[in-house]
Amino acid sequence: MVKYVLKRLGLAVIILLGVSILIYMLAMLMPADYIDRQTAAALQNGSMTQEDVQHLKELYGLADKSFTGIIKSYASWLGNVAKGDFGFSFLYGAPVTEVIGQYMWISFILAFLSYFLEIIIAIPLGIKSAVKQYGVYDYSVTVLAMMGISLPSFFLSALMMNVFSIKLGWFPLQGLTSATIIFEEGDWLGIFLDKAWHLVLPLTVCILLGVGGTMRYTRTNMLEVLNSDYIRTARAKGLSEHTVVYKHAFRNTLIPIVTTVAGMIPGLFGGMMILESVFSIPGIGMMAYRATTQGDIPFIMGYNMFLSVLSVLGILISDLLYVVVDPRVKLK
Amino acid sequence: MAENEKKQAATETYRVISPSRMVAKRFFRSKLSIVGLCMLLFVFLFSFVGPIIVKYTWGYGQTEVFYIPRVSTMYSVQSFDAPDGNTYEFYDESLSTVNFKAPPSAEHWLGTDTSGMDIFVRLMYGGRISLLLSFLVIVMETLLGVFFGGLAGYFGKWVDQIIMRVVDVFYCLPGLPILLILSATISSIESIPAEHRIYYVMAFLTLIGWAGTARLVRGQILMLREQEYMMAAEATGLPAWRKIFKHLIPNVMPQLIVSMTLGLGGIILYESTLSYLGLGVPFPNAAWGSMIALADPSKGQEILANYPNMWVPAGILIIIAVLGFNFVGDGLRDAFDPKARK
Repeated sequence: MVKYVLKRLGLAVIILLGVSILIYMLAMLMPADYIDRQTAAALQNGSMTQEDVQHLKELYGLADKSFTGIIKSYASWLGNVAKGDFGFSFLYGAPVTEVIGQYMWISFILAFLSYFLEIIIAIPLGIKSAVKQYGVYDYSVTVLAMMGISLPSFFLSALMMNVFSIKLGWFPLQGLTSATIIFEEGDWLGIFLDKAWHLVLPLTVCILLGVGGTMRYTRTNMLEVLNSDYIRTARAKGLSEHTVVYKHAFRNTLIPIVTTVAGMIPGLFGGMMILESVFSIPGIGMMAYRATTQGDIPFIMGYNMFLSVLSVLGILISDLLYVVVDPRVKLK
Repeated sequence: MAENEKKQAATETYRVISPSRMVAKRFFRSKLSIVGLCMLLFVFLFSFVGPIIVKYTWGYGQTEVFYIPRVSTMYSVQSFDAPDGNTYEFYDESLSTVNFKAPPSAEHWLGTDTSGMDIFVRLMYGGRISLLLSFLVIVMETLLGVFFGGLAGYFGKWVDQIIMRVVDVFYCLPGLPILLILSATISSIESIPAEHRIYYVMAFLTLIGWAGTARLVRGQILMLREQEYMMAAEATGLPAWRKIFKHLIPNVMPQLIVSMTLGLGGIILYESTLSYLGLGVPFPNAAWGSMIALADPSKGQEILANYPNMWVPAGILIIIAVLGFNFVGDGLRDAFDPKARK
């Protein structure tokens, strides 16, 4: 077990190295970087010369965009990362790790709540539709689930905003806090309720988009389990259908479901770029989107590596969970 | 004579069905797959035949601008504190002429957009680009995936090790952030004309997506390689390429077709997301995503609130296309599955 984990961790380091090289190359190829954007106006009105800009770029290690130059600056980036230093975000004016740490939590809350509710809604639906396979219930739940999978997040968000915040006026359109309300010092409940009120729409969109996939997954696994021999045995013993489905079959469908939960880790902390941008929620996804459009290379690198580490870890944890949950699976 | 009669009797009791016909029969038995097929047919006719009909009956394309003057009345209410101590409210009415954003009419079924172009016609062109690109991407992705997955699965050992590590790297790349970086890079290279940008973006989409196909093909081939018929192929002394392309790949086809169909829907979603962010086909050309982007509340709520005819139809078309591919893919999976009960 320990040996296997160590081997996998070693491989993970190699994968992450490959990922970081690829992303660094791409980010460096972005032609308009942050310095160009910031100094464009100053160049135009003559308060800065081309040499000044070049000097600035050299300071940040962005001047040499030839192949060897990129490799050199990559090596220095990697050296800093090994020391735990992901650099300084141009756009947000703070160390990258600090920015990620600061904005990650609101994304985490949003994603965690939506996963939690998704699972609570999806599992019973999936089980019921597997038990009544090809029935009316199964068809209608399947169609609804597929519609959820097929919806573009920005379109669903626009629809929800149109109906619930513009037409009905129940929920605020964007943002996380009301600008018009002044909260007293220490009015935590008020602030909390205000934020929760702002999160209702994005959370609903998240759940509607995600519930279909989990439901389909539960249904497929349940169908597989229901076809297996021990279910026939359980029925032959004369157990009630309820016990067969919810005691014998359901517990076995949990095996694949538990392992997919680990696969949700990158989504949990990475935030949703589109959704957060549409609703202007200051989470990690929106910060990363802004950084990417503005060419903030240290932040782009930091964020993408953060995501890759999470997805490598997610795959590893889900493989390990398989062994923990299902004693038939042996590690190679 | 007797021989013939026997034969006839035999054919009457069992009808021989070829595997492909059996799959087709199973496929058409499911209502959802037929619904999906109809949806796809509709989207295809709409976006490929539609533009031709419009071109030859009314003679215009997606970039034709129509000036449809429309008088709109603007009210503004103000109040002021008069010296007599009372507050008076007064309102101001002004008329202005708007040439764009015409409401739906007989000539323009869904009205015109912010630049005065016919929305209904633009929906057709948007669909054409979306479908074409997703087919392109899925075909390239599958070719790459089959080639590398086949190599890795068949040869195993160090070939497998190297290919699968590369696959792992691509598998862990965060898709959307990378595409954002790439599109930003592409749009600033001046030697690439604006209307070709999307093809480059699609090429990158392929590069990101092939890893999944390669994994699938490798897994299947690892399993098939151990079967008896492959031992027979080995014994007949067939060359490696023949074993791979004649005996192994055709057996992976069912899974491949299913994953391609389901993948098409995913790529349409990706493409529309990119054009929503303004990184897809550039402006005078239509794209479903950029039509929905008009409703982005960060750019003002006017269109989101008052002009649903500008962005709702595009969203509905995306749903129809993606849902169609998902239904058909799901139906195919059930039809190909030899363990299926029905």
